[in-house]
Amino acid sequence: MSAAKPIPFTLAGVRHGVKLCLPFVPGYFLFGAAIGALAAQKGLTFGEALLMNAIVCAAASQMVALEMWRADWTWMHVLAVAGVAAMVNLRFVLSGASLRPWLSPVRAGFVYPALGVLTDGAWAASIRYNAEGGRDFGVLAGSSVFLWLTWIAAGVPGYWLGALVTNPHAFGLDLLIVFTFTATLVPILKRTRQFMPLAVSGLVAVAVSYLAPGYWFIAAGAITGALAAAFWTPKGAP
Amino acid sequence: MSGELHNGHLYAIAAMAVVTLLLRIGGYWIIGRVPLTARLRRGLEALPVAIFAASVLPLAVKGGPAGWIAGPVVAATMYLSGKEILALAAGIAAASFVRGMGF
Repeated sequence: MSAAKPIPFTLAGVRHGVKLCLPFVPGYFLFGAAIGALAAQKGLTFGEALLMNAIVCAAASQMVALEMWRADWTWMHVLAVAGVAAMVNLRFVLSGASLRPWLSPVRAGFVYPALGVLTDGAWAASIRYNAEGGRDFGVLAGSSVFLWLTWIAAGVPGYWLGALVTNPHAFGLDLLIVFTFTATLVPILKRTRQFMPLAVSGLVAVAVSYLAPGYWFIAAGAITGALAAAFWTPKGAP
Repeated sequence: MSGELHNGHLYAIAAMAVVTLLLRIGGYWIIGRVPLTARLRRGLEALPVAIFAASVLPLAVKGGPAGWIAGPVVAATMYLSGKEILALAAGIAAASFVRGMGF
């Protein structure tokens, strides 16, 4: 079993992780501007907006939370915002789970800090690197920390210049996650040809997105797709 | 439960950060505590593609004509060029064009 082999951690891996994530940087700054504008508009101070980028570091949930942001808060409102963040970010449970077969041999003291700043971009770049046969933990660590710092940096012009992006919708910025995920998915599909879980997951997710409110469709589709792969295997599969 | 909070912004940000951190480490933690059978491994191997599909398809479908056109444009550009930055640019261009046409 490959899980017994030690997983390397090299500086070259860190650099490779950073390189893999460079294509995401323009998108981060665009998204940072959209969120910064919203934060400024909702009355967050510059420091609060940066703090949110630094310790939440999950753009979609920040966007949704800021939509329901208020001037005065009770514990109920805090709970509600945390609940919404949990729902939007539920996919991280699955991203983390998907990294286990690769990173199992790495010491917990190294893995958990990197997971703590994991973003969709870093996960997507790393899981693709791993799907192509790469095993260096430096790639995950490098890409996670790099995109975390990028997201904090994006908050600076975002907060001050965000007001200039008055209509993110016009530039398709609401579709940014669709674009980045599609661009990452294509090479993985080319290699793995996992069309069955793709179809099952996509169809279930679209159906659930019309039947249930919020972001349950991601978890529902992804879990069904993974179950389908677990229980129906093509002929000749190991 | 209904008293107003001083520094409510900060409590809200901290609460979001805590739940998001728990989710980030939770999935990895749980999978380390169950036996990794061949079946579970197959499921986990399919998980990335399943997550991508489940996130992308509903958002593209609900994105309206811009999503229906720009999504496939990104996939095609990526398939042909293999360059993320090109695919991203093509997607933004296609979406801006479609939305600019008033759809």
